[in-house]
Amino acid sequence: MASSVISSSPFVCKSTKKDLGFSSFPKSSQISIHRCQKKSISRQIVSVMAPLRSPSTTGSVKTGMTMTEKILAKASERSQVVPGDNIWVNVDVLMTHDVCGPGAFGIFKKEFGEKAKVWDSEKIVVIPDHYIFTADKRANRNVDIMREHCREQNIKYFYDITDLGDFRANPDYKGVCHVALAQEGHCRPGEVLLGTDSHTCTAGAFGQFATGIGNTDAGFVLGTGKILLKVPPTMRFILDGEMPSYLQAKDLILQIIGEISVAGATYKTMEFSGTTIESLTMEERMTLCNMVVEAGGKNGVIPPDATTLNYVENRTSVPFESVYSDGNASFVADYRFDVSKLEPVVAKPHSPDNRALARECKDVKIDRVYIGSCTGGKTEDFMAAAKLLHAAGKQVKVPTFLVPATQKVWMDVYALPVPGAGGKTCAQIFEEAGCDTPASPSCGACLGGPADTYARLNEPQVCVSTTNRNFPGRMGHKEGQIYLASPYTAAASALTGRVTDPREFLQ
Amino acid sequence: MAASLQSANPILSSRTLASPNRSSFAQFRSPFLRFDSASASSNFKPLVSREASSSFVARSAAEPQERKTFHGLCYVVGDNIDTDQIIPAEFLTLVPSNPDEYEKLGSYALVGLPAAYKERFVQPGEMKTKYSIIIGGENFGCGSSREHAPVCLGAAGAKAVVAQSYARIFFRNSVATGEIYPLDSEVRVCDECKTGDVATVELREGDSILINHTTGKEYKLKPIGDAGPVIDAGGIFAYARKAGMIPSAAA
Repeated sequence: MASSVISSSPFVCKSTKKDLGFSSFPKSSQISIHRCQKKSISRQIVSVMAPLRSPSTTGSVKTGMTMTEKILAKASERSQVVPGDNIWVNVDVLMTHDVCGPGAFGIFKKEFGEKAKVWDSEKIVVIPDHYIFTADKRANRNVDIMREHCREQNIKYFYDITDLGDFRANPDYKGVCHVALAQEGHCRPGEVLLGTDSHTCTAGAFGQFATGIGNTDAGFVLGTGKILLKVPPTMRFILDGEMPSYLQAKDLILQIIGEISVAGATYKTMEFSGTTIESLTMEERMTLCNMVVEAGGKNGVIPPDATTLNYVENRTSVPFESVYSDGNASFVADYRFDVSKLEPVVAKPHSPDNRALARECKDVKIDRVYIGSCTGGKTEDFMAAAKLLHAAGKQVKVPTFLVPATQKVWMDVYALPVPGAGGKTCAQIFEEAGCDTPASPSCGACLGGPADTYARLNEPQVCVSTTNRNFPGRMGHKEGQIYLASPYTAAASALTGRVTDPREFLQ
Repeated sequence: MAASLQSANPILSSRTLASPNRSSFAQFRSPFLRFDSASASSNFKPLVSREASSSFVARSAAEPQERKTFHGLCYVVGDNIDTDQIIPAEFLTLVPSNPDEYEKLGSYALVGLPAAYKERFVQPGEMKTKYSIIIGGENFGCGSSREHAPVCLGAAGAKAVVAQSYARIFFRNSVATGEIYPLDSEVRVCDECKTGDVATVELREGDSILINHTTGKEYKLKPIGDAGPVIDAGGIFAYARKAGMIPSAAA
């Protein structure tokens, strides 16, 4: 089944460096340049044409660089880097959360001294999001520990929560860090973002270098603002063609992971381009980059365009500089997909690369549906689920749990009208369909969490989930079975109690 | 990361290892083939002293080069052992930099493995494992960036993982913390070893090996390279201090 998908629809080509002249891929490159020129802002044009930057950052370009190489060259104050170079990189933003923050700050204190100060209190973003709405004392304590560190270090961006009874009583509280980073303007093209969470790669959607690190590395960054990185080689994924109305970015990334396996991009960059990518919204691009770590990728990246700039410039006043891969840059592999021919897919238990067509799994009975997380808990994810439920006009057959990623998403679920639904909001449609009431925003049951976590898989049940991992035990119970799917597929499955292709309800 | 630490690294390449004396290796290795660890252990000083376990680490004082040997029982797992199986997310409330919680993390090491694994890595009620060498397949440590994963294995008393390949962040966290040696096998050892087999890992420049004494087979391991001395030192901070890259212990 998986192989039939490969042979019939997208064609996959691998080519060597010599084959990759600019002329081989004129379309996507020219389109992104063209779009930038249309915008009145000159910054992006400058970075495409590169005539005005100082020689120290661009130098004379002898060899073409990918955008990841350019970001890392700039951050290491070099004119050129090549894959395999070990370089010291200046970090623009370090993100940590309640699960790894206490350990990272613990190492920072141990190694730099009790009285040490962090390298830059305005470049550290601390976002409690993992274990928030729980009675687990150690989990609660960890948020308290982060509050203490943030006060002591005068951390500017700490999105605190103190009233666990009602998240709305905490105006600073955001929720899932990767979505909050974007919404609060911390994701900016051309920058280096590190986070103590593997899904930090989500921010690559904004054309920046973003990757996950451990507590010890984070402790070092806290003290120095620097990290030793190896420049990764870049794999390029060119997605062309009109996206069918029943497909979502989640289908694309599950398709790709199924293609290259859970270790197919280990140590590598996954760069996404092509006309399909250009048509995607920022939230869909985030879904795509979010799961590159599920293929082992170090980072994922998408060239910034007008969509990116429109999103970013509405949320930050910090200056930034977009970068783009050179026409003669080297890619270790090229994959091309004709998106118009793809079908909705799922990842079957217990691996994100265990790809199957959703319709091939129509006999799989399910016990519940979960819509949430950094991958599938954004505003557009709920809008998509609501759109399908409204189009079907039916009741869900299995418990359907909804966990908005952030407070902003939660508000959108209750406030934004779903297009074509006669002014109804997502929340109204969910209620009419018999879903559970949208829960307080957090990472929720995506990673199981403490035993009292809302919607945690405490029984060996079968769950269709919009989250990112389906390894044994991921959502709680070791014998639980998780089918990773798009919000459309999740909503369709909720209506039938089986894994269901959303085309059954979308025309 | 193994490769990354080998070549152009300005910090980590300063140290060159003397080449191993082959003839002495033969003598060195032979005790493991005949003696059990209890009798052999009196001959060797433990390198890692922060916890006692059934394994021990030996270093030849007479040799200038780094050469380490881990001897003990194997615990064998398959491919894609992800961080949720190594340390389930519910235990991430434990903060590794807190000594009590560090110990506790060890007691939960690999508790997320499915029931198909009949032998537990750490017996219920125990804090330490009796297995010193974990043998895995492809992509060991995939998934989350949680440093709790290599930490819990080290805290449980394991010394080395021998797998075909590693997920990037797990490898890096293993080196940065110095908790466990992530060693690459050249062949699929996990299909040829069983949990409970008695094995020895010898780390040598160039040709490190894994010997399974139960089956009598010997396997080549890929060199750990410059990541080795970092783990020897106890992690990236300890190594940097030892190498004079950063000032020693801050107030």
